[in-house]
This record gives sequence, C-alpha cells and structure tokens, in this order.
Amino acid sequence: MARLIRTEKEVEGNFEEVWLVVEEDPLQQWPAGPLDVVGRPAVRKDARERVRGEARFTADIRLPGMLHAAVLRSPYAHARVKSIDLAPALGLPGVHGAVGPGEAPGLEHEAGYSGAPVAAVAAETFGQARAALDAIAIEWELLEAVLDPEEAVERGAVHGEAERYERGDFERGVAEADVVVEGTYRTQVVLHNSMETHQSVCEWVGDRLDIYTSTQYVWGVRNEVARELGLAPDRVRVVCEYMGGGFGSKNSAGEYTFVAAELARRTGRPVRCALTRREENVAAGNRNATIQRLTAAARSDGTIVALGGDYVNALGWGGWSAGTEGPMKMLYACDNVRTVRHTAKINTPPMKAFRAPGFVEGTFGLECLIDQVARALDVDPLELRRKNYASSNDGTPFSSKNLRECYERAQKHWDRRDEVHARSDATWKRGVGMASQIWYGGGGPPSYAWTRVGSDGSIAVVTAMQDIGTGTRTAMAQIAAEEFGVPLERVEVMVGDTSRGPYATLSAGSSTTPSMGPAVRAAAADAKRQVLEIAAQRYDLEQRILDIRDGRIVSADGNLSVALDEFLEMLGNAQILGKGARGPNPTGMSVLTFGVHVVEAAVDVETGEVRVERVAAIHDVGRIINPLGAESQVEGGVIQGIGHTLSEARLMDQETGRILTTTLDAYRMPTIADVPEIVCEFIDEPDEHLTNLGSKGLGEPPIVPIAAAIANAIRDATGADVHELPISREELLRALREAKERRGAPAAV
Amino acid sequence: MPELRLTVNGDEHRLDAPIGTSLAHVLREELGLIGTKIACNEGHCGACTVQVDGVPVLSCITLAHTVDGDVTTIEGLRDHPLVEAFVRADAVQCGFCTPGQVVSAAALVAATPEPTTEEIRHAMAGNICRCGTYPKIEEAILHWRD
Repeated sequence: MARLIRTEKEVEGNFEEVWLVVEEDPLQQWPAGPLDVVGRPAVRKDARERVRGEARFTADIRLPGMLHAAVLRSPYAHARVKSIDLAPALGLPGVHGAVGPGEAPGLEHEAGYSGAPVAAVAAETFGQARAALDAIAIEWELLEAVLDPEEAVERGAVHGEAERYERGDFERGVAEADVVVEGTYRTQVVLHNSMETHQSVCEWVGDRLDIYTSTQYVWGVRNEVARELGLAPDRVRVVCEYMGGGFGSKNSAGEYTFVAAELARRTGRPVRCALTRREENVAAGNRNATIQRLTAAARSDGTIVALGGDYVNALGWGGWSAGTEGPMKMLYACDNVRTVRHTAKINTPPMKAFRAPGFVEGTFGLECLIDQVARALDVDPLELRRKNYASSNDGTPFSSKNLRECYERAQKHWDRRDEVHARSDATWKRGVGMASQIWYGGGGPPSYAWTRVGSDGSIAVVTAMQDIGTGTRTAMAQIAAEEFGVPLERVEVMVGDTSRGPYATLSAGSSTTPSMGPAVRAAAADAKRQVLEIAAQRYDLEQRILDIRDGRIVSADGNLSVALDEFLEMLGNAQILGKGARGPNPTGMSVLTFGVHVVEAAVDVETGEVRVERVAAIHDVGRIINPLGAESQVEGGVIQGIGHTLSEARLMDQETGRILTTTLDAYRMPTIADVPEIVCEFIDEPDEHLTNLGSKGLGEPPIVPIAAAIANAIRDATGADVHELPISREELLRALREAKERRGAPAAV
Repeated sequence: MPELRLTVNGDEHRLDAPIGTSLAHVLREELGLIGTKIACNEGHCGACTVQVDGVPVLSCITLAHTVDGDVTTIEGLRDHPLVEAFVRADAVQCGFCTPGQVVSAAALVAATPEPTTEEIRHAMAGNICRCGTYPKIEEAILHWRD
C-alpha cells in the first residue's frame, strides 16, 4: 500500500522536509557477506562498449541539420550589459541565430564573474559561431568587483545569514582544557574537469523538446527545463545514455542547455552547445575555497573537551554553501562545539557540488588539528581518535557505524611507521599520517524501477536513471540477478531516458546504490513472485515451495527443476512486469558513512616535493554490491584527492578576477605517474536499519580524508604543519621553516 | 579545397577538407569514427590519441593534411587483446578517456610486449583519466596477454 509520509531528505549534506509517497518494503535483508551474485566482483555490463569506443556520449550525438552554438562570456568580473547588438553576428556566413541577455535562462544582463554567459550564436560550424561572437557589438558598464572573501564577509557581501551551531559551552570547555590548539587552514578552488565537457543537444519535435545532455540527473534537467520554459514536464524528454564524468558539476541543466533549446526554437534546427575545455575551467562550477579558523581543546588524558570553528566559504557568484563544519560537529564525541559559517558572495565563478562538498575541506582542517592535539599531548593520533569516538550524532543514534572496526583494520598499516621512518635519508624524510572520514551517503526515496521478464527468460531492469561511470548498470544488474535467481548475464539494465522508465534519483551525493538498489530489488522480487505464481498453477504445486535458483525454477521437495527460459517459452509475446519503489529511511537515525585513510608520504626537505607512496583506505559503507567496482571507486577518489592535495589549484588574477588556469597543462590533475600503491578494504557489514539492502553510497567517501592524511604524514616525516591546500612547495618550505624555528634552530631553509 | 588522402584502419579515404582541419575532426566528423574523443582540443589530455604508423599521436593538434602514414584509431583496435584486458581489470569508469588509453597502450605493447610498471607509467602519462582508473589501467597492461 502506498503510504504518505513527512520525512527529512538529504542530498549532498543538505536536508529538507518533504512529503513523500513510499511503498512498504516487505523484503528482509539478505544475510551479510558475498551471495551468489551480490558481493562478488563483476565486470561492468557496459565496459566493452566504453573501452571499444562504441558508447555514444552526448559529445557524439549528431542530428541531421544540427547547428553549433558558441557562447559570449563576460571579460569582466562584475559588469552590466548597457547595450548589445546581435545583428552584425547574424549577418555572417553560416550564422542562423543569436540570443542575448534575458532571452534564455542563464544569459543575464549583469555578469557577476569573468566568464559569465551573456549571449550566444548558432551557426553551421562551431568555428563560424565562435567567429560571429566577435561581431556582437556590446557596451559594458563596469561595476565594482569584490574578490576577497574575507573582505566580502566584512562588507556584508554574503549569501544568506551566517550558519551558527552550538552544543554545550565552548568557553567552559576551553577553560577546563590542559591544552588548546589553534590553527587557520585554507583550501583552494578546485575544478571538476570531467573529461566530457558540459554540453547539450536540443531538438524540438513539434512542441516536444528532446534534450541530449551530459548530466547526473536526467529528471532534474527535465523538471528544471519544463519549469523555466513553461512546458508540461512530459513535453521535455532528457536522454543521457553515457556520460563522461560529472563529480557533482552536472546536477542541473546549465546555461548551455537553455541556449541550445532557445536557438533550436529560433532556427528550427537541432542545436548543440558544448563548452570548450577553457570554458569548462572557468564557468562549469568548482569546489569553492574555504578559510577555517579552528580551535581544539583537550584534557591531558586525551579527552577533547571543546571544538570551535569559524568558517568562510568563498562561494563565488552562485552555488550553495556546503557544510564545511560538518566533520567538526559529527566526527568526535565532544560536549562543547561551536561553529559559524559565513558564505562570501564574491565576483568569481559559481560553486557547484564537488564530491563530498564541504566535508573534503572541513576534514582537512579538523583532522590536521586533531593531529596537532595529539602532538601537544604526546599521544598516539590513532589512540586519540579511538578515545574520542562518537557513539551518537549529537544524541541521534547512527543507523550503523563501524568506524571502530575501521580503526582496528588501520592498525596494521599504522604499525608500519618505524619501518617507514627507517627508509628516510638526509634529503627524503618519510612519515605516516592518518585521517578519519565521515559523510552522508544513505540515499532515500523516491526512486522506482520496473522489471520486464520475457519468454526467453531474460530480465530487463528499466529505470530512468543515468550511469555516469560509477558502475550503476552493473550494480543494479547484480541486485536484480540475485533477487530473481538468475546469472548476471541474463540481466540487462536500461537507463538514461526520462521517457523510458520511472523516476530515479540523481547520480550524486553517493545516493545511487542506496536509493536505487532497494527499488531494483523490489522490482525483481515482484516479477519473481509472478513467475512463481504461474509456475505453481502450471505444475499444480504450492507456490511457497517454489523458488528460482541459478536460472531454474525449483521446488523445495526436489521434484521440480525446470530452466526458466524453457518454462517461460509458453508465454510467447506475453511479458511479466514487476515494479519496485525505494522504501523510507529509518526514522530518528543518522545514516552516515565512515572510513579511515593511512598514508605513507616522502618529503624532499630541500625542494619541498611531496610523494605519496602508499594509501590504505578502509571504508564502512554497509553492504558492498560489486567489490571490483567499489575498489575502483575508492582508487578514483583517492587519486582525485591526491590531486586536490598536491597539484590542483585554479588560479585567478586578484586584480581583475580573470581565471588564469584555463588549460589542462596549467590546471594539473594527477597522471598515472602520480599514483601510489593503494590498498583498499571494506567492512562490508550491511546496515541493518537501512532498506532491504543495507548498502550506503561510496562515490564520495574516499576523497574525504586523503588531504589531511597526507598533511599528517608530512608532519610525521618532518614536524612541519601545513595549513594550505594545495600543499605547494612554497607552503611546504614555509612549514618546514616554521617547524625549525619552533624547535629553536635558526631558520636557514 | 585540396584533396586529403588518408588511410585509416586499412581503408583508404579521399576527402575534401580545408587546410587547418585537425585529424581528430576529420576522423569524427567526416569519417564518423567517434571512438576518438576530443576532451581538451589542445593536446593536453590524450583522449584523442590515435596511431600514425604505430606511433601515438594527438589527433586534435595534428593537421590532417600533414599526416603521412597509416592511421589506426580505436575502431581498428577493437579486437586487440587490450580491450578484454581493460574490461577484466575494470580499467574504465566513465570511459571518455578510455579509447585514447587503449590506443596509447596498444602502441606501447607493440613496441614492448612485456612492459615494466615504470615503462607503463612513462608511456601512459600523457593520457589523463579524471575518474582515476590508473591502477586498473596499469594492471590491464601488465596482464594484457593473459
């Protein structure tokens, strides 16, 4: 029976109260551990077409008569379009249409950052479109630009009120402490730089708009476009069968979609609008910079008695303010916590969610600070973390938490310290550091799946979600195969089209598996029940003794064993249709993911070069569906995190607000040569309170603790406290000098 | 327009293309060989890698009219054992960079059938993978003939 509930919904750490219709979920969880298909390594269902270059991405969509759009962007950090004349552009060869500010969502008269879109042209070729941009006559009125986040906060240039949190009495906690450690930490702007840039192809078919787009959320794009353009939602069809990475930056429609839709309407031709790599580095979203002024106070027995944080999220012109203080509030048992988060509105490109937004930044500050407490108290950093273990989330019980087990498994990696130190020499110092991870990842309703069983005994899972490269098709196929009782190769998963399947969640917030997985299982169970009902009638047996195992219908008494395809052959063109919905999250519980990273790093104390040599990543995300895909996720998160920590930084001219790093030689992402040994472990214990699967998400957790773990390894190796990301050579040499001064030696580095 | 003659995956083509057209553009737009991806279009990421006479080349910054040799794209390597090796090792996430990775790897193993880890890292360092499939790519190349 459908049930109407009022519930809290979490996406990327944002909570809202919503009405939800959920269906009861009567399925019991499977027993823990590897099953027939679930919990066993599976090769990706769509690996072959991706590897062979057959997968058709949005970048590969070519429609007959398709035009190409180019976007005119503001050269100024803050300016207003006083006048604009598109006519000269329209007269150029190949040009078919143009739009100006106010004529498509996303094109504004006021440009709030250098790179803000203001106009666009559609032409036969992209080269013609781009050339035509130069012909647009535009007169700008320059406005004052605020580029410094702290200045912005002082002047009240902010997005909303400061976010304040307090439990206990912070001042009293500090007063009672034996040691108080303070530190200011800064994190930089980093860019998603998905290999496929943000892009859409739009085509009007009558009054229906077809959108092929590189997105993490086909339903989100459908609803946003319908709302903005005043269309009935089902007149908008959004297709994304394969997409080349998003990492949080492709959760919404984007100006490129609206530009393509409007130019397609004006020209009567399909229009493609694809960002260039340089545009991608300016105007496609970013992880915002933060400034974190942190305090930790502890008693000599290692009890943390107060934590305080004054945070500034340097958000840029748009985006949303992520919970940078989240780890400080949730990771440790501490009675007295006080945080405040300011959100600076500066004239820089807008923030978009990037893989655990806020928590990546906040964990860097907090977990560096915790190690400084350990040093001040002269206690083992791992012991300090165990001692301050949180058994509830500010009074709310966890649905499951196995962080203690993560610490247990971290011990053997942590115990390598003597051996690692012994490999140091005069120049290269080696050390070991650790950091804990906390993040969301419980997913939630609504999400739906259908199953279709044909007379050949194959099973199709149909749901309008997208596989952004995380292995979604494979994990969903495994779940359906397990529930239905067939080998994995008998299951196909059809995704990527809002007109072909029911609503499915966005591929973000580590929510895909925990949101969709239970719906897919329920849909498979529904179809299986119907098959068994038919079998009971056909063989005149009681349904309760029938089951499907390894593709055969079998009876408990052993008298019946018939291949599913043989049995279903009689159906001809008839199909068995199952449906499933995601049930509710447990009420009154915090659903969170946990983990620990132990990093071994080498530091060249003469040049400031840092090499990460080994990372042990231990994660607790409930039941693991595909251990092979899960390992790949962890490796990917760790490697992206190493980039965030050591080499990636979006640089801006502080005078003009222009972005300086717009190419992939300037914005330095990790290559295969930068990859350390990565050891990956999962607790793999189903969350008994969470859905019929007990699985949480894994996309984001592995990137959360890596920066702090690297910084703590640097401290272990050299005594240097780094305070800034990226840990550039300048920052490291500064920290080494500071450490030397602290030890009383003359600063001679 | 000057005639462009190209041999791609063993097939000879005669095309009209303006001087200045990149090889990647010709492959994708004129020949429909969309397996070659363009991710940066300025020679920094390796997604567009093809082989010319067995040597890896960045097709997005190679002028089509300057190509003097046989071009091999991912479409010509679809039955290469590396494809199954990548699949087995899970050396693919979003897959946008993967065809370029396979093309680079195929050139490596043709010249060095049993590459060391160091040789793999040297040969593959020009192919960026933002998803971070590198450990699996290394594994796939190490075991490409298994």
